[in-house]
Formats: sequence, C-alpha cells, structure tokens
Amino acid sequence: MKSKILSIPYIIWMIIFTVIPLGLVIFFAFTTQSGEFTFSNIVAMNDYLDVLFRSIEFSVIATIICLILGLPVSYLISRLARGKQGTMLMIVILPMWINFLLRTYAWMTLLEENGLINRFLGLFNVGPFNLINNSGAVILGMIYNYIPFMILPLYSVMTKIDESVVEAAQDLGCSGFHIITRIILPLSKQGISTGIITVFVPSVSTFIISRMLGGGTNDLIGDIIESQFLGNSYNPHLGSAMALVLMVIVILIMSLFNQFGSEEAVI
Amino acid sequence: MNKILSRTITSIVIAFLYIPILVLIVFSFNASKSRANFTGFSLRWYEKLFHNDAIMTALLNTIIIAIISSLLATVIGTAAAIGINKMKPITKATIMNVTYIPIINPEIITGVSLMLLFRAFTVYSNFEFGFVSLILAHITFNIPYIIYSIIPKLRQMNPNLVEAAEDLGCNARQAFFKITIPEIMPGVLSGFLMAITYSIDDFIVSYFNSGTTVETLPITIYSMTRKKVSPEINALSTIIFIVILAILIIRNILSNYKLRKEKQEYLTSRS
Repeated sequence: MKSKILSIPYIIWMIIFTVIPLGLVIFFAFTTQSGEFTFSNIVAMNDYLDVLFRSIEFSVIATIICLILGLPVSYLISRLARGKQGTMLMIVILPMWINFLLRTYAWMTLLEENGLINRFLGLFNVGPFNLINNSGAVILGMIYNYIPFMILPLYSVMTKIDESVVEAAQDLGCSGFHIITRIILPLSKQGISTGIITVFVPSVSTFIISRMLGGGTNDLIGDIIESQFLGNSYNPHLGSAMALVLMVIVILIMSLFNQFGSEEAVI
Repeated sequence: MNKILSRTITSIVIAFLYIPILVLIVFSFNASKSRANFTGFSLRWYEKLFHNDAIMTALLNTIIIAIISSLLATVIGTAAAIGINKMKPITKATIMNVTYIPIINPEIITGVSLMLLFRAFTVYSNFEFGFVSLILAHITFNIPYIIYSIIPKLRQMNPNLVEAAEDLGCNARQAFFKITIPEIMPGVLSGFLMAITYSIDDFIVSYFNSGTTVETLPITIYSMTRKKVSPEINALSTIIFIVILAILIIRNILSNYKLRKEKQEYLTSRS
C-alpha cells in the first residue's frame, strides 16, 4: 500500500512533461496568436496537402520495401543455429548504433553527382546519373535507416515458428509458395504489424533524411513542422496543427495494425 | 531455390547496410578533402578532430547530459515501476498507456511539444533553453524505457520473498533494500544502459530543446553535414563504429562464455 507513493514523483513528471505538452500542441493548433479559438490553422493545412501526401506516399513505399526485404532476411536468420542467430542479429543491429545523421551523411557521399557510385559507373562510361536530391534518394534513406526496425520484430516472431510445422506442410504436399502464404506469413502476423508501425512512424515524421538526400525539393511534413518552430516561417500555431495531423495519422496506422495482430502484444 | 533466393537477398541487405559505413571508414584515412578520390593514407582528419573544440565541447555536453538524465530517470523510473506494480489493474493500465506515449510518438512531436512547454516556462519565469531544458527533455523520454525494463522483473519476482524477510524481522525499508532492489537490479541496469544510449544518440528532441547556447554531439554533427564537406565526420564515425563494435564483440564473447559455462555446470551436475 505504501509503495504506491513511490510512483507519485513520476506521475507528476508525466503530467508536466508528457500530458501538458501534448495538451499545448492541441491548444496551439486551435488558437490564434492572440489566444482566440480558431480553425484557421487546420484549414491552412490545405496548402500543405501535397506535402502531407508525399510524406505518406514515401513512407508507405519505404515500409513495403522494408517488409519485402525483411521477410526473407528474418526468416533466414530465424532458421540458423542458435549461436549464429545471435551473430547475424548483431550484424543487422550494429549500423543502428551509429547516429542516423552519420549514416545518412554516408549516403550523400555515395550518391552525389561526382560521388562514388557515379565515379564507379564512369569507369564503364555510363552516367553520371542524377542519384541524389530526388524522391528515390529520400526513400532509400528511409529504408536504410529503418530496415532493422522491420527485421527485429519479424525475427522475434519467426524464431518461434516450429520447424516441424513447416516440415509437416511439406510432407502433406504443400508447395514452397504455399508454405510461405499459408504457414509462415500467418504465423508472423504480429511481427509484420509491429514492423510496419516501427518503420512507418519514423519515416512519415522524418525531416532530416528528406533535407539531406532530397535537396530541398522533396520536403516532407516533418520539414514543414520544423520550419514552423525553428525555421524562417515561425508560426507555432500552424506547426502545432501540422503536428496534430501527423499524430492522428500515426494513431490511425497504429490502431489499424495493432488490431490486425493483437492476440499477444510484443514489445 | 527458395533458400538461394533468401540467401541472395540477405547478402544484398547486409551489403546495403555496411557499404556506406565502410566508405566512411576508408575515407576517414584519406589525405585529401575529397569524398570521391582516395589520394593517400593519412591520419590528418583524426588529428583535426581532436583539435576541433566545437566537437570536443559537444562530446562533453553529450556525456554530461546523458549521465545526469539517465541517473535521474533511473531513480524516478525505478520508484515509479515499484509503485505502479502495486496498483489496481485499471490505474496501472492507464499509467502504462501514458508512459508508452513518448516511446511511440514520433520524436518530432515529443520535441515540439516539449519546446512549447519550455517556451511557456520562459514567458512566466527566467527559465532559459540550454542544459536544464535538455536534461528535462532527456529524462522525459528515458523514464519509459526504465519502467518498461523493470516491470517484467517485478512481475517475475516471488511476492513471498518480501513477506518472508518481514517475518524474519526485516522492517519494510530493510526488506525493500535487501530483497526488492537486488531482485530487480538486472532490469534497473539494462534500463539505465538503454537510457544512456538513447540519450547519447538523440538528435531530434535535443534539436528542438537545446536553444542557441548548448550543442550536443548529434547537433554538431548536423551542422557539419550542412557544410557538405567535413572529413572530420568520417573520422568521428570510424571511432564511434569501432568503439561500438568492440563493446558488442566483448559482450557477445562474455555471453557465449557464460552460456558454455552454464551448460558445462548443468552437464556436470547431471553426471
């Protein structure tokens, strides 16, 4: 009974630094600079619909590619011997320990007009291609930064799939394709939905990747929010409205995919 | 055929993950400033890195902020976890859901929402953006990781242990420090390490809450990347990569060694 008191400092902290700030975002989103209630910030989002759709489009593409690449990788790792699984996982996680700014910077080096890839292609008299400052480069940056977030949850459910279930299906005449669609994918549902959330959420809200690899012409919703708070077009009210819209998108995606496989929550 | 395909994809993904890092490492030893021409081996950029005051100050700031915020988060979070564990299911679920917010919320929203709060502070008091705002922000996103790594340990703990200690003459405080704390210590430690890592690595939340006077390492890195050519970044990445690689390899060797030892003990105990 007494030990409940121990959580009071945290509950106060949580209210001041988590609940109130989110309340402030909502408050700013619906007020003018003089503090009057308004919908104009939300209505002003109309001008940024293209940016919003671009953010969603890019992150959906990145999430799908991460899923397609992540499935075979995770399955392969999950079927290795125990010790090897650990090593392979470490190989996948290791790049995540390097700050994402450095990882994204590395791609700038590779993709530039006279970067390494173009110089390499130049040896065969091909190119130079315009590899950076386009939508493809931004999506590539998202995939590169967040694909481990797809592989990890997939691996953690796939490693629990009993090999004998797969063998039983094979014995009963299941083809390779049907083993994937009828056994592996259904049993990995939970990992797939967790992976989709953990790749989609940071992708749709990023503002650095688009700035470093998109060259200013591929601004995403994160860039616009950032510029409302720190950039030239300072307007925290509009910025808050955008943050609110972004939050709604994230909540929608999460409820959609959490429902999809919520039998047991894995964190 | 299936196996060949998945092996090929895995190799491609791993190459994809490592090629950019390898390029950074190779070019950190480049004699010239070029990011595309390797003109000769040199340690010039490492020397420059260690003489770069901005980077060294930022590194120090990062370490100070990470240690202070992780320690405070660990104290608040550990106490919170113990209290939450004793609550009624409904209260517990509510608090855990709010605790989950900083983990799942896009970082940019955590960043701007705290910025709005701190800006309100500056209006109503002489609060300023800087060390304090950074530490407060870092504690806020660190506490949930601490709580989530301790709660499972509390759940696994045998509740009779505390009662037994009390029956044997411990008072509540002694039982707490002699039973509860040692039992949950692995969770506390792993939460603390996670907090330190997240704190050192954080860019987005810090970016919105650092103000103009204090820079952490990721913020300095960001301003360097904007200049396009800064070979010191390559040197810095290489050092970070090698330190992390060393830590992980040592950890892996230790855990393998522990596993083998446990297996041996198990086998000898059975024979």
